[in-house]
Amino acid sequence: MHSNVSVLYRKEVSSFFNSPVAYITLIVFLVINAWFFTSTFFLINESDLRTLFSVIPIFYLFFIPAITMGLIARERNSDTMELLTTIPISDSEIIIGKFLAALTLIGTALLFTLVHFFSLLIVGNNIDIGAIISGYLGLLIVGAAYAAVGTFSSTTTSNQIVAFLISFLVIFIFFILDKILIFVPGFLSSIFQYLSIDYHLSNISRGVIDSRNIIYLGSIIAFFLLLSIRTLEMRRWR
Amino acid sequence: MIEVRNLVKNYGDVKAVRDISFTVENGEILGFLGPNGAGKTTTLRVITSYLSPTSGNVFVDNLNVLDNSMEIRSLIGYLPEMNPLYHEMNVYEFMEFVANVRKIEKSKFKSRLNEVIELCGLKGVIHKSISELSKGYCQRVGLAQAIFHDPEILILDEPTIGLDPNQIAEIRKLIKNLGKEKTVIISSHVLQEIQATADRMVIINDGEIVANGTIEDLMSGFKGKTRLILELKNATEESVSKIKSVNSEISLADIKTQGDSIVASLEYPNSLDPRQNIFDYALENKWTILEMSRHKTSLEDVFRNLTIEGGADA
Repeated sequence: MHSNVSVLYRKEVSSFFNSPVAYITLIVFLVINAWFFTSTFFLINESDLRTLFSVIPIFYLFFIPAITMGLIARERNSDTMELLTTIPISDSEIIIGKFLAALTLIGTALLFTLVHFFSLLIVGNNIDIGAIISGYLGLLIVGAAYAAVGTFSSTTTSNQIVAFLISFLVIFIFFILDKILIFVPGFLSSIFQYLSIDYHLSNISRGVIDSRNIIYLGSIIAFFLLLSIRTLEMRRWR
Repeated sequence: MIEVRNLVKNYGDVKAVRDISFTVENGEILGFLGPNGAGKTTTLRVITSYLSPTSGNVFVDNLNVLDNSMEIRSLIGYLPEMNPLYHEMNVYEFMEFVANVRKIEKSKFKSRLNEVIELCGLKGVIHKSISELSKGYCQRVGLAQAIFHDPEILILDEPTIGLDPNQIAEIRKLIKNLGKEKTVIISSHVLQEIQATADRMVIINDGEIVANGTIEDLMSGFKGKTRLILELKNATEESVSKIKSVNSEISLADIKTQGDSIVASLEYPNSLDPRQNIFDYALENKWTILEMSRHKTSLEDVFRNLTIEGGADA
């Protein structure tokens, strides 16, 4: 089990880094983040990465659908799905290997944003390292949740653009839920808030790592990965 | 031994495979023949676990594809019709991926790789990107993928499609060699392909098996018959159909009017040669013979007969 996942994981990561698309996506992600971060960095005069942490979830909306859209859709489109599903690798191993590869790319992107942290170290003082660590942790977990959504979208179609749009839409709903609270009736607002990924992210980023947040995000990841595996299995019965 | 038992596969309302059963013995090369869209690929896809059967099952030794998919997959080497390859990899990387998936030990990889390169003629291209390879080389890489783990069972779906005659001859030779020790199923819509490689053939048409046996078996039902085409002038269909009176063993297979002449095809045993009698009979009736030609039935006719008749009642 473990070894099949790692074989597929390595294949996926190396095909990511062999394709120009990955680099372009990565560079666009970093450049735009850097611009948003540094343009206000010296104006607010605060020694933290809060702007960065509030901007990244917005870019996740585009970045994560872009890197996950091809995970399964591309295999289906180029017929390699027939190879992948007739060699002795189970459907769950395929999904987990590919999901972990996407997560690695997200992690790499986050790693590059550490450059802002180092400039903060140089010019700032009174830096709250704890807040920064929990901020990054939150971003990684939320990235994993979105990547699970993206993996699922990619299993539903052989068209990468369609996969992109589906995951964008689903992620957008999760993203917008706690921003439209004033428009929803009172009894729904607490449900909306609980379902909103951003609400849980802001809790984690504040440094309050509550088990409720972790359980929520963990179940989102598990739910979409299971759904991906089921979708992949269903293909055999079509 | 592979046993396909009462296999049915529907795609929605489309019945791709309708209750077929056949077996493949160990060490046998089975040719799986049928026109395009007959259900060959669907059947192979069920055997290889790419698709699940609507009903029925496939057994390999004591395992079945519904419960023991992983074990069966590791026994099989499969070259799908579309020959799926990862075009972003080079041949070496692809072989490494296949070896890892097939759990080939690191220490044995190099020697096995060299064997496979030798077998499939990949010497010059091993460090080339797959996207740069010609169709023929892609097919060899596909074959290398299928045989890398030295499987007991080899399933090849239309392995020579799109290749030039030299490449076809080479691949056939390779399959023949592999078939000496392995169980092979090779599918094709080309009869010569199967004739050249297989020990036995199963002919499938419109999702049903229409023939199953060795080439000799299939021929024997039709062998011994000669077909004689007659084109006559100054005759009528009615009078020509009485030609059977020349010899009781002659049967009239077909008769039609073409312009002002009658075209009849007669069938009679090879042992007979009634041409002279027919000539005399025509003379008696004052018919003018425009054509009289003799055809021996070939396997090609057998195939056409089986698959066209079957197609007509669908």
